[in-house]
Amino acid sequence: MSPFLLLVGRDLRLALRQGGDAAMVVAFFVLTVVLFPFGVGPEPELLQRIATGIIWVTALLASLLSLERLFQADFDDGSLEALALLPLPLEAQVLAKCLAHWLVSGLPLTVVAPLLGLLLHLDSAGYPILVLGMAIGTPVLSLLGAIGAALTLGARRGGVLLSLLVLPLYIPVLIFGVAAVEAQIAGFPSRPHLLLLAALLILALGLVPFAAAGALRQAVE
Amino acid sequence: MSDASSVIAAHSVPATPPDDGFAGRHLACRRGERLVFHGLDFTLPSGGALVLIGPNGSGKSSLLRIMAGLTPPFAGALSWNGVALREDRAAHRARLHFIGHADALKPVLSAQEMLGFWTRMRGGDADAVARALAQFGLGAAAELPCRYLSAGQKRRLALARLIASPAPLWLLDEPSTGLDSDGAAQLLAAIAAHRRGGGSIVLSTHAPLDLPDAAYLSLSEFRPSRSEAGGALA
Repeated sequence: MSPFLLLVGRDLRLALRQGGDAAMVVAFFVLTVVLFPFGVGPEPELLQRIATGIIWVTALLASLLSLERLFQADFDDGSLEALALLPLPLEAQVLAKCLAHWLVSGLPLTVVAPLLGLLLHLDSAGYPILVLGMAIGTPVLSLLGAIGAALTLGARRGGVLLSLLVLPLYIPVLIFGVAAVEAQIAGFPSRPHLLLLAALLILALGLVPFAAAGALRQAVE
Repeated sequence: MSDASSVIAAHSVPATPPDDGFAGRHLACRRGERLVFHGLDFTLPSGGALVLIGPNGSGKSSLLRIMAGLTPPFAGALSWNGVALREDRAAHRARLHFIGHADALKPVLSAQEMLGFWTRMRGGDADAVARALAQFGLGAAAELPCRYLSAGQKRRLALARLIASPAPLWLLDEPSTGLDSDGAAQLLAAIAAHRRGGGSIVLSTHAPLDLPDAAYLSLSEFRPSRSEAGGALA
């Protein structure tokens, strides 16, 4: 097996053995979305209008939850030093860890999102685009979050700092993710919004490994 | 153990890097605002051993991290067989094992899985993992999650990385910490086999280790005087 896949496998195994990370992210997502009908009232028309926004905003927050641990555990136990000295470049390792993070956070969120849409009376035309948009958008969340997680290594109250750093960067994903679903429901083409989301993903795939690897090298120095 | 003849003096080595082995020239290290050491030269031929000695805070760990390429030197340069390290960092990473103070183990993974991961990331196979576990007396503990290992067993597991995947340069920061006499003997045997195969080793230690033909480098000789420290950072 290639070193890249070995690292993905190790992170997945750690996430599953330590349990909780993936389950916690999904549980937070579901519980928070369920709070909204209690808060704003159960009128189907109102919920239908804000359903996409609720799902996307909550997904952003849920994916933030497990980001703090992305490099922190490796930093604390000395693994990060050892990883930085492996022949596999740190840039590729960042991608591997982001892929593992997405598989246990973004992917479950994408799978659960349509069920929550049902709960909020989301218009039936919106479901395929909601899932497609989240499938393209949630990897961007893991990637952008990796920069924040690498920069806040060793900082006190790193989790709060991480949220402040990363949430503003999530805004474009939120805008296009919601706009794609809204456009589809209103009868307009959703394709341009999805393409913009895909462009964000490509941009993040190209730039994040270098930014995050640079921050990690600073952290182990 | 630091009699004058075995200590590598600062000015007895030529300024050009040698064609053979690992060498550093005019190295300086700064931690925060403090110059830890400066003007440090060393040469390590293949098969050689270099023991770093000096009081706490004299920069032994810092020098090892500079040698590993984790920390850039504040001044000076390192070379391997005459080629400057900063020109080929990937090749340097591939040829070294660095074992620091932390054991780099995950509580939920078994000893075998943990060693298997680090070994296969360097291209080693399962046989090498089993051999390395046996050689460090961890055969019976192979299936145990790392959280059940004692401090000494964790240290042995970290050191087993050295022999599970071969690398010509070992950089060990106080490797015998926490080891019992059996563990220390296994470490010395591994080091001897490594050197017989042409491998070289740099280690820092406070406990005397029985290493034949080792060169000693006393870090306190390169500590800057108060005026030099001020001048270098001005």
